[in-house]
Amino acid sequence: MGRGYKQVMKIPRPRGALTEVLFESLLTGSDVPSAPAGTDDADAALALWVLYELHHHGFDDVDDEREWDPDLLRLRAQLERDLEARLRERWAGPPSTGLFTETFFDWVAEQDGVSLAAHVHRDADRDQVLELLRVRSIYHLQESDPTAWVVPRLGVRSKAALMELQYDEYGNGDPNRLHHHLYALGMEASGLDASYGAYIDEAPLEVLEQNNAMSLFGLHRRFRGAALGHLAAFEATSSLPSRRMMQGLERLEFPAELVDYYAEHVEADAVHEQLAVRTICGSLLEEEPELEESVWFGAFTCLDLEDRFGRLMLDRWLSAGSAAERKDVA
Amino acid sequence: MSFDHPDAILCPGGPMLIRGNHAVEDPDGVPHGTTRPVSAVCRCLKSSKLPWCDGTHKVLPADLRPA
Ligand code: FES
Ligand SMILES: [Fe+2]
Ligand SMILES: [Fe+2]
Repeated sequence: MGRGYKQVMKIPRPRGALTEVLFESLLTGSDVPSAPAGTDDADAALALWVLYELHHHGFDDVDDEREWDPDLLRLRAQLERDLEARLRERWAGPPSTGLFTETFFDWVAEQDGVSLAAHVHRDADRDQVLELLRVRSIYHLQESDPTAWVVPRLGVRSKAALMELQYDEYGNGDPNRLHHHLYALGMEASGLDASYGAYIDEAPLEVLEQNNAMSLFGLHRRFRGAALGHLAAFEATSSLPSRRMMQGLERLEFPAELVDYYAEHVEADAVHEQLAVRTICGSLLEEEPELEESVWFGAFTCLDLEDRFGRLMLDRWLSAGSAAERKDVA
Repeated sequence: MSFDHPDAILCPGGPMLIRGNHAVEDPDGVPHGTTRPVSAVCRCLKSSKLPWCDGTHKVLPADLRPA
């Protein structure tokens, strides 16, 4: 088992002019580029994802010293400013309905993003599910790791509350129940490569943005409110969809290990959504009420990015599928 | 300074959170042990995972949700 799993990641394939030069620099120590105006979105997102990964898993073919290379940090800051501007542009501001803790679940229920879980439940075929498992692995094989960065930045109550939830994400001390490890077991049983980043070359812009937003919120103290709002929105949209995922996976006869990952999330996230809203965001906002807007920003960003990802995948599958499949996707 | 840290938290319209180790009976009287630091006990009785909440309360009409 060594480091836990085959945690060996190589630098991905470049997707444009920026990642060409950046990856060359990471591999050989040549000069770090800056991102010229007009850099392609996917190129910029992959560059940022790789720069964030230096702080998480690292790469086998990159010197660990580069994590704190000031030239790389300068490029990272530039890409982060662009990402933040893009995320803020999509946001209309906090809803005017009232306090976060009192109105949050109603607000989530009103958002009508597309549901990939509903498609998997009833209509998806095996290949579509395998594709989803591969591209989602970029998130599921690390799950709440980026949120762990937030812990030392919190007050006593919100810190204890976040750890109460995170302890469960990390298996309550049992490595066999650690959530991202459960996903790895499910991938392996399904014949997929469970090493982190194995399918990064397949990950669309939307997936890179989802992961980059989590790292952005986790790594910057000023985004601690957004990180916890993102967590609340994520948890609040997990237990019911996880149940539909389970049913779809059973319909398609996927292995029990994979079904178990979703079964665990039906039950765990029914707890986590209450904790995230009431004890975590609730105590954060009592300690630092001025963060309320930031909490809403994080929550919106979570649901918006998931909706963009969902629409991409459904468009891709439905345009490839028959007209008969097309009618019932919401 | 000491903080409020209750053993049970009632969630309006949803489950009751309980901290620590307990055995909770499902409607057939079968006990289920808790497996996590905090567990959510279903109060709407519509969960597919009784005695635990599975989020189903969120799709019930308002008058069928627990107070
Ligand atoms: S209280 Fe949540 S499903 Fe019953
Ligand atoms: Fe999880
Ligand atoms: Fe969770």
